[in-house]
Amino acid sequence: MAAPIVEAVGLTKRYGSRAAVDGVAFAVAPGECLGFLGPNGAGKTTTIKMVTCLVPPTAGTLHVLGLPMAPENHRAIKARLGVVQQEESLDPDLTVEKNLTVYASYFGIAARAAKERADELVRFAELADRRNARIKSLSGGMKRRLMLARALINEPTLLVLDEPTTGLDPQARRLVWDRIRTLKRDGTTILLTTHYMEEAAQLCDRLIVMDEGRIVAEGTEPELVREHIGAEVVEVYLDPEAPEPPAVARLAAGPWRSERAGNVLYLYLTDGAAGPELFATLEGLHFTRRRATLEDVFLTLAGHALRD
Amino acid sequence: MWPTAGALRVWRRNFESWKQFAPSFFVAQLGEPIFYLLAIGYGVGRYVAEMGGLPYAVFLAPGIVATTAMNTASFESTFGAFTRMTQQNTYVAILATPCSVADIVAGDILWAATKSLIGVCFVLAVIAAFGLFSSPWALALVPFGFLVGLLFASLGLVATSRAPSYDFFNYYFTLFISVMFLFSGVFFPLENLPPWAQTLAWFLPLTHAVQVARALAAGAPTPALLLDVAWMAAVGLVAYVLAERFVRRRLLV
Repeated sequence: MAAPIVEAVGLTKRYGSRAAVDGVAFAVAPGECLGFLGPNGAGKTTTIKMVTCLVPPTAGTLHVLGLPMAPENHRAIKARLGVVQQEESLDPDLTVEKNLTVYASYFGIAARAAKERADELVRFAELADRRNARIKSLSGGMKRRLMLARALINEPTLLVLDEPTTGLDPQARRLVWDRIRTLKRDGTTILLTTHYMEEAAQLCDRLIVMDEGRIVAEGTEPELVREHIGAEVVEVYLDPEAPEPPAVARLAAGPWRSERAGNVLYLYLTDGAAGPELFATLEGLHFTRRRATLEDVFLTLAGHALRD
Repeated sequence: MWPTAGALRVWRRNFESWKQFAPSFFVAQLGEPIFYLLAIGYGVGRYVAEMGGLPYAVFLAPGIVATTAMNTASFESTFGAFTRMTQQNTYVAILATPCSVADIVAGDILWAATKSLIGVCFVLAVIAAFGLFSSPWALALVPFGFLVGLLFASLGLVATSRAPSYDFFNYYFTLFISVMFLFSGVFFPLENLPPWAQTLAWFLPLTHAVQVARALAAGAPTPALLLDVAWMAAVGLVAYVLAERFVRRRLLV
């Protein structure tokens, strides 16, 4: 296997006594798209900020693009990195095109080459007709596409995206996904964070689920679903006004994992577990039956943030 | 800790983004010294025959030059830099590129000093139009304005690096910049002050800037002024080192 683009071992970031990232280990292979999934505060952003030289690790080892993470390597690492941060950081007083050419200058790209690259990138971001527009006049989706285009100005080996579509409407999100898929096809290695399951499933070859600073699961989407949930989920809706039917206790004690969240009882079923006796017990209850998804994995592994 | 060519790229970014606002900047830079010279130089000057052996407006003008350089750099390095650091996330965006914190801090200081230099040119044009300067040495106030700008931009960035919000700059301007404006020999010779106050005034950066500016305007620079320049350079350097460290601690956490 080719040398990993990112390799972390025991990577830790502490703020006082609180560990934002607590000894995580992972590797990103060339050409891979690895996604970090987790609730807010899980440590996803802190992890990738360590990868992008923005947060100095407290402990552990971290290699990015073959170089150990250390201040003297920041310049060399950042030269080959493309970063889309969570917060919008475009230059509001510059035009779309100027945003790109000025950013190119930070990489020492000569003006002429920067202009050509900006020209390609406004087309890539589908902003060619807005190249002279001010940032204020752009929609949220356009801004995010411009942030993505800007991160590509140096033709990065590794692209790091921190919640690339948070706050976008579904249409705008799909367009950003489409652009990211294009980059994947061209072989760009991508590291991204998200709390959208669909985004994780659509874009990532492999996922890492984080919670409270630790990695709680790792694998492809089908692996995670099979391993942590099974095949199917039955959701039983309980009436808070009525006394609880005796069937509910029997369901909760069945040979499957179950979980109660408010007035919903979740039954996580492996292949073949949905037999006739289950449906006999469910008789008369209000329920739905569906395929297990990544969202179930997420809620199971990191759902306490929602339950608490 | 020390900047590289990246500082010039950051400078360039600030210039590109300022260009469109240049006209309003020019108006402000022309307006302020004219009002000061008219209101105080001539208004007050009518009742003051001479100050430090000079007609009052002639005495006042070099102080206005130094103050312009101070104010311009101070505003840019506080409100301007703070906006880039916090509201616009410009610093963090640049930090994702090969530029370092040192490049950003130095680039912002160079830019603020550049604005001082531009401001001083406008003020000198006004003063020359009033016929207050006659020595060719007065032209040296242009590069000197840049030096004063570097000093106050570095100090301003120290304040910015520690500022929790815009309100913090009220303290900076009221307790530091305004005090200097009034007690650094802009309006009256410091010899009029009691000795202890003169000693205190010596520690105010603007005092040295005014002294040098006045000597240059009079066409009579002395080697002793090199000491003032060295004092300003030393304070500016210390401020730069602090600002770079504080911004680094603030952004790379």
